[in-house]
Amino acid sequence: MRSKLVATLAGVLALAMYSSMAVGSKYNLPEPQSIIARETYDMHIWVMWICLVIFIGVFGVMFYSVLKHRKSLGYKAANFHHSTTVEIIWTVIPCIILVVMAFPATKTVIAMKDTSSPDMTIKATGYQWMWGYDYLQGEGEGISFFSKLSTPRAQVQNKEPKGENYLLEVDNRVVVPVGKKVRIILTANDVLHAWWVPALGIKQDAIPGFIRDTWFTADAPGIYRGQCAELCGKDHGFMPIVVEVMEADEYTKWVAAQLSASAVKTSMHVENK
Amino acid sequence: MAAVHGDAHGHGHDDHHPSGIMRWVTTTNHKDIGTMYLWFSFAMFLVGGTLAMGIRAELYQPGIQILEPELFNQFTTLHGLIMVFGAIMPAFVGFANWQVPLMIGAPDMAFARMNNWSFWLLPVAATLLVGSFFVPGGAAAGGWTFYPPLSTQGGLGVDLMIFAVHILGASSIMGSINIITTILNMRAPGMTLMKMPMFVWTWLITAYLLVLVMPVLAGVVTMLLTDRHFGTSFFNAAGGGDPVMFQHIFWFFGHPEVYIMILPSFGIVSEVIPTFSRKPLFGYSSMVYATASIAILSCVVWAHHMFTAGMPTVGQLFFMYATMLIAVPTGVKVFNWTATMWRGSMTFETPMLFAIGFIFLFVIGGFSGVICAIVPIDIQVQDTYYVIAHFHYVLVSGSLFALFAGAYYWIPKWTGRMYNETLGKWHFWLSMFFFNMTFFVQHFLGLAGMPRRIPDYNLQFADFNMISSLGAFGFGLTQLLFLYIMINCIRSGEKAPQLPWDGATTLEWTHLPTPAPYHSFENPPIVK
Repeated sequence: MRSKLVATLAGVLALAMYSSMAVGSKYNLPEPQSIIARETYDMHIWVMWICLVIFIGVFGVMFYSVLKHRKSLGYKAANFHHSTTVEIIWTVIPCIILVVMAFPATKTVIAMKDTSSPDMTIKATGYQWMWGYDYLQGEGEGISFFSKLSTPRAQVQNKEPKGENYLLEVDNRVVVPVGKKVRIILTANDVLHAWWVPALGIKQDAIPGFIRDTWFTADAPGIYRGQCAELCGKDHGFMPIVVEVMEADEYTKWVAAQLSASAVKTSMHVENK
Repeated sequence: MAAVHGDAHGHGHDDHHPSGIMRWVTTTNHKDIGTMYLWFSFAMFLVGGTLAMGIRAELYQPGIQILEPELFNQFTTLHGLIMVFGAIMPAFVGFANWQVPLMIGAPDMAFARMNNWSFWLLPVAATLLVGSFFVPGGAAAGGWTFYPPLSTQGGLGVDLMIFAVHILGASSIMGSINIITTILNMRAPGMTLMKMPMFVWTWLITAYLLVLVMPVLAGVVTMLLTDRHFGTSFFNAAGGGDPVMFQHIFWFFGHPEVYIMILPSFGIVSEVIPTFSRKPLFGYSSMVYATASIAILSCVVWAHHMFTAGMPTVGQLFFMYATMLIAVPTGVKVFNWTATMWRGSMTFETPMLFAIGFIFLFVIGGFSGVICAIVPIDIQVQDTYYVIAHFHYVLVSGSLFALFAGAYYWIPKWTGRMYNETLGKWHFWLSMFFFNMTFFVQHFLGLAGMPRRIPDYNLQFADFNMISSLGAFGFGLTQLLFLYIMINCIRSGEKAPQLPWDGATTLEWTHLPTPAPYHSFENPPIVK
């Protein structure tokens, strides 16, 4: 009767844990939108399960002991104090578990670091406190703009109601085509920043005077939001990153619009001279 | 703790010492100095805690309410520095001062006068840190890790912080040299290294780590100072330097540092668990080897703090594997504690509750540590609230809970009085509840994408932040209960019996009166 109850409770608990893992972005990593983000997401769930099993195992034993081996129940202390055999067993088993965890992680790390042969390359530059983007190579080459927080100051100061994308909205989004390998080159103008878009599974520090790179291939069109992830001073919390992924033909239209707009700007600039 | 004054008996002429304030200024007695360390660290704990309350109050709701972003950054920076260097580390040195001589049968620390100096440096450094809030430009605001170039930008507050870190480092090095010398040279006859209590072992290993890494910290802050004022370019790319080099040097100190803050807790817990299980520590020698392995491994994992800074694939893989490997000796410790409890005859006084709470929550922090070690997952959670949750699970429910366990465990020996057991249990259960309320939800915040060190956040993070803030206020208030329990114990606690814990077997319980006299072990005990 009692063991049945324990089993039921354990089942309910496991189910609750599982569903809380599955309910999505509130309790877990955001819904993955790239192959790397997908692998990371699955790896996290997989490692959580391993941890949960070990946790229940270790604390099952410990709390059984806490409940049963009490002085108040008249339990007399045993006097054993070492066993080389069990020491070896509980050293070797964790090693095996770690190898099991490290194997898929190694494959993903190698894939993450492979920034070769991209379809397009964008340079992102961190400034205090905004991002600058230059499309260096591929379709859209030559596009260049700054991207700043567009949430009104009044919302931050609680004078206006806050919108759904409060602090996660910008004036100019980074636009990329779906399904293309996009290489992001990072640097910074002043202090360290970090370019992070959780749904795409990338985070990379932007370091003044140095170049770092990373890549993603977005699975589906959509708008993906992130934030600067390295403390960069006063407005560190106010320099979001917004990536808009478009279908190929829409992207082509966007590029044309951007390039003609910048052409107008350049010609006006020349005439003014 | 102050009650040792005048309680010495049977030592007559040895007991002359100045009274009043001069007693504390000039003392070379390890018990007086230990007491001062403990009170100092508790005072700093309250200061750092007050800053935490400010941080959580600002984060209670979205929007900027009480702390402007710049001041918010000063709060997070000083909260970290004060808690690490002002509260946790000096508290462990306080325990070492009191307990190492008592547990190895030595009359005092090896360098008694230097011991006085290493304590009295601390209030100076603390004054610089706390005072930096009131200089033009305010306190340092670049995070407790003070990464350049941001920390090169700051004002006078950053310089005050650099000097404070220098002074704290000097104090720590002196303290650890003292501990090493005491342990290696002043053990009672018959106490071989492999008969030392676990607390002494963990402190011996910790002290070596401190001597190894504190000079590295001193070096890196000095380089930062010369970058700021004397035209060098160690960390300035425009002058040929590299900001990432700072991170490598800092974390070469910083990672062993986290084990400096946890190994003595392992020691305290390894004393408390056998006492209240009435059974010897299981696998003593494997515990010693595990501690040493953790210390050695801790020196080769530093770059796991820098997976997003960019490094070669083999670098990421090496630091991932090395970091995961630390789980093995740490696991051995947890298994040994469990085996110590197994078929014991347990009672659950406050020290035991805090020790079990420590194991339970520290293991959660250990699991999130393994998760953070896995590079792809770390790249997602690095610099988010997940990491905040992770290191508060190891530092608050780890180090701090172990410190509470130790304080309740040894206070009868120190003062000759008992604390109020009912209130002690309340302190434990309230701490346990509010701690988890504060920090458990931060795992979810981090996974969902909330960066750390931000004063304001998107509405999707609002409910968990509110829960976390309420938990933090509760946790903060609960610690005032600890202060009350301790003062109440020292002033008017019941007289402690000679052996308040019937399972205790170390020298301070078996060979000394309760409370311990002002001068103890003038003739060393013989250990068989």
